[in-house]
Amino acid sequence: MSDTNHAASVTIRIPAPLRAFTGGAGEVAARAGTVGEAVRALGEVHAGLLERILDSDGELRSFVNVFVGERNVRALEGLDSPLADGTVISIIPAVAGGAP
Amino acid sequence: MNDSSVVRPATEQRTLCWTPALRQQLAAFVVRGYPHETCGLLLGRPSGATGDNTATDIVRLTHAANLNAERARDRYELDPADFLRGDREAAAAGLEIAGIWHSHPDHPARPSRTDLEAAWEGYSYVIVSVSRDGVQEVRSWRLAGGRFEEERIEERLDERLAEQPDERLDERLDERNDASRQPAPGPVARRATETRTTP
Repeated sequence: MSDTNHAASVTIRIPAPLRAFTGGAGEVAARAGTVGEAVRALGEVHAGLLERILDSDGELRSFVNVFVGERNVRALEGLDSPLADGTVISIIPAVAGGAP
Repeated sequence: MNDSSVVRPATEQRTLCWTPALRQQLAAFVVRGYPHETCGLLLGRPSGATGDNTATDIVRLTHAANLNAERARDRYELDPADFLRGDREAAAAGLEIAGIWHSHPDHPARPSRTDLEAAWEGYSYVIVSVSRDGVQEVRSWRLAGGRFEEERIEERLDERLAEQPDERLDERLDERNDASRQPAPGPVARRATETRTTP
């Protein structure tokens, strides 16, 4: 990243299954320069949440998607995707299943 | 497969409430999608104004794309972009994503091992069994302690549940579905529950 020192004020939207870790809050404010920084900042404040989003290697878990605005970070720069002030980050649980 | 490893008796009595009109809208979605699986979101809110978290009011449905095209008859993978749109729509309406609905074409409305492996706690999972003869059964489940427990579905006409089905959704669905099987939307929005005929 060219500008990792810049910290943006962002909002992180938390889906219902993960709100047990945020005291029921559906939105959490954070200051971060990248998606990875935002997620780790979230994990520092709300114990237990980080390991639901990142695996032991610090990579995004396969059954979780993170969107920056309207874009999936997997189509951007992943956890290195930069953030601008006012950005809304959405943590989205992968929803799947099927008949037997 | 041992069914008891997927489903267990309910340890807590929970209820999902909706209107007959919403159930009909859901039925129309899954019948139109048959023989493929269809899926979407349930938008709603807790029923009780003060602390009743054992009942959920569902007041709106969304329809989402199934990204699993290879096994569209027996698998679904809800498009995360549609999840995001649903989240935006819910927030704008003062609602939240309260659950997921999907169909089981030619299978019972019981959760499968596949459903269990992908499930999250905190959502209602409404499953609609559908055959060529139409909807067979609608049941709702919640993940608790690693297995699904059934919750009661209550249909009622209640002011707080009254929200008109989103008719624009019906048109968006037309655009998404196989164009060769669908008549072009008319100039007047159709009711979601209206029966359609294939030309």
